[in-house]
Amino acid sequence: MRTRSFVLFVAPSLVMMALFIAAPLVSVLVQSVHQTRTVFQDTVVESCTPGFLAPTCVRETRRIPVLGADGRPVTETVPVGFEAYRRLLEPDRVMAALAPGGGGLEAILAIDFYRALRFTLVFTLATLPLVIGLGLAIALAVDGLARAWRGPVIFATLLPFVITPVVGALSIRWLFLGDGILARLIEWILARDIAVFAQGWTIELLMMFYRVWHVAPFAFVVFYAGLQTVDRDTLESAIVDGASRFERLTAVIVPHLAPLIVFVALIHLMDSYRVFDEIVGFSSQAHVISLQWLTFSFLMPDETGNRAITRAAASSMLTMIGIVVLLIVPLRRAWRDQRGRR
Amino acid sequence: MSAPRALARPVLLRIAAAAFLALWLLVALFPLCWTALMSFRNPVDALSSDPLDVIFGATTFAHYHAVWVTHGFWRNFLNSMMVTAGVVTVSLSVGTLAGYAFARSDGRLAFALLVLALIFRALPHSVLVTGYLPVFLDTRDILAPLWTSWPTAWLFAFLSPEPPTLYGQPWAVIAVLVAINQPFTIWMMRSFFRNVPTEIDEAARVDGCTHFGAFRRVVMPVMWPGVITTGLFSFLLAYNDYLVTALLLDAQSQTMVPAISQFMNRETRAADQIEAIAAAVSITAPLFVLVMAFQRQIVSGLTAGAVKG
Repeated sequence: MRTRSFVLFVAPSLVMMALFIAAPLVSVLVQSVHQTRTVFQDTVVESCTPGFLAPTCVRETRRIPVLGADGRPVTETVPVGFEAYRRLLEPDRVMAALAPGGGGLEAILAIDFYRALRFTLVFTLATLPLVIGLGLAIALAVDGLARAWRGPVIFATLLPFVITPVVGALSIRWLFLGDGILARLIEWILARDIAVFAQGWTIELLMMFYRVWHVAPFAFVVFYAGLQTVDRDTLESAIVDGASRFERLTAVIVPHLAPLIVFVALIHLMDSYRVFDEIVGFSSQAHVISLQWLTFSFLMPDETGNRAITRAAASSMLTMIGIVVLLIVPLRRAWRDQRGRR
Repeated sequence: MSAPRALARPVLLRIAAAAFLALWLLVALFPLCWTALMSFRNPVDALSSDPLDVIFGATTFAHYHAVWVTHGFWRNFLNSMMVTAGVVTVSLSVGTLAGYAFARSDGRLAFALLVLALIFRALPHSVLVTGYLPVFLDTRDILAPLWTSWPTAWLFAFLSPEPPTLYGQPWAVIAVLVAINQPFTIWMMRSFFRNVPTEIDEAARVDGCTHFGAFRRVVMPVMWPGVITTGLFSFLLAYNDYLVTALLLDAQSQTMVPAISQFMNRETRAADQIEAIAAAVSITAPLFVLVMAFQRQIVSGLTAGAVKG
């Protein structure tokens, strides 16, 4: 295809992406070092009350907002440098925590940003092997199933995948809430009362369980498709060579699926780094927050109707740096593979 | 084709595999089924500590009535449908063109753009929304010069009496979701178009079609399965979204998923929680139908990106 027609074909898509992805990124960068605020001026006000001989007068300086020609307060946007980043990262508190007797890691994790970062990373890295393992196990089990059974099993497996994440998280939360059936079951097994939503770590476990439940079907479908293309001759020669079932799995099947495992891992890293819907579904913000939630909470209007745009922009930039760092290794590998193939 | 004897699994392994699958199916389906069951029960049965009360309690549709009629969930449903339909339509028309071009081009530029799209795919949505929100809230002021300065004023005044505020506008959210979904759409469309042999377009070009003519008359008719599959994933993205719609839409134009939080945050009466559950089941029902109807397409879509790469 000639360059001219290529450009014409992709132009609408590129314009959309430039306008709604690239431009907002620039805008976020600019906003993170600027702050918009109402302009105040100091005015000297003299108020007098009648008094004997001379009225009693009080002169005081008040800060009042400057009103524009349209009667609304004038706002100005001023550069604030890395102030918002400093307020998020709080280097002073971190240094204080690292100093002897400063509380160490626990004190650092009391700061919202580090709390969110810790959860996001633990969540992302802990669910990754579980998703791949469970997906592979289901794929192998379905592959050995009689053909007539496969359709219904695939149908049922897809349901957790397509369900709205907030709703899926809610449906699991309700099982554990109050007298929910699974909460009762655990209480019966442990023979003591439990409150699943009273502490952070149980909520975190539930969130990870939910995420594996939600994403394993995707890994399953990809691996299942890959299993259909395993070379039968290689398998048979492995049998002739006396390979056990497990050796065939590790020496033939898994290497064959390797590119698919990398693909699923890449997609899962991207998606679970964005963990957000779980926080909404499990209403966990008092105990556990993620990086996306941090930005979201800055963007939501507070009691006075203000949105902390500058801090949201700073936390967005930090979130973005995080995903770039996380993906740089797998992306470079994919890039080299692609070059090698061409 | 039957498997050779040596490949056939021993009985014990088959039983273990079947038991594992049964356990997985239980885990996969139980939360959904149980939630659906609770939504039809009176609060006293649904929240009872005895599971038998939930299973055999009296059936009631009162909660659905409360959600859809009393609390006006149908308005959120219409908003959801509007946003979803818009996203699917625009996303497919823009993405099909681009996907076709990417599938038929091996140049350095095309490859660089594809990698860029992959990076865009990785961006957390909150980053993008932070970019939109202040602009969307202030579009009236930002665009005001276009309505007041003389060279353009007449044209814009003709289009709309005053500058629009993008915040709370469904079509602005549609544009945002289409853009967010574009990288994924391009990659998926590209892998589907790669399966259409180049000879088809070349034959059409030889017969005197333009590039666009070949695309429209010859390639598109065989591409419908791919288009439907990609459309399904656009549907899921738009329908399931919470973050973007919660921040960029106001109460009147709110879609179903963010609207459910209004039921959640009001859990003071026993019935409130069951109403939240009924709303959740209402959101899930269309998705259930979707999987029933399009299971094959969803499976082929999930594998398209990976296997044919």
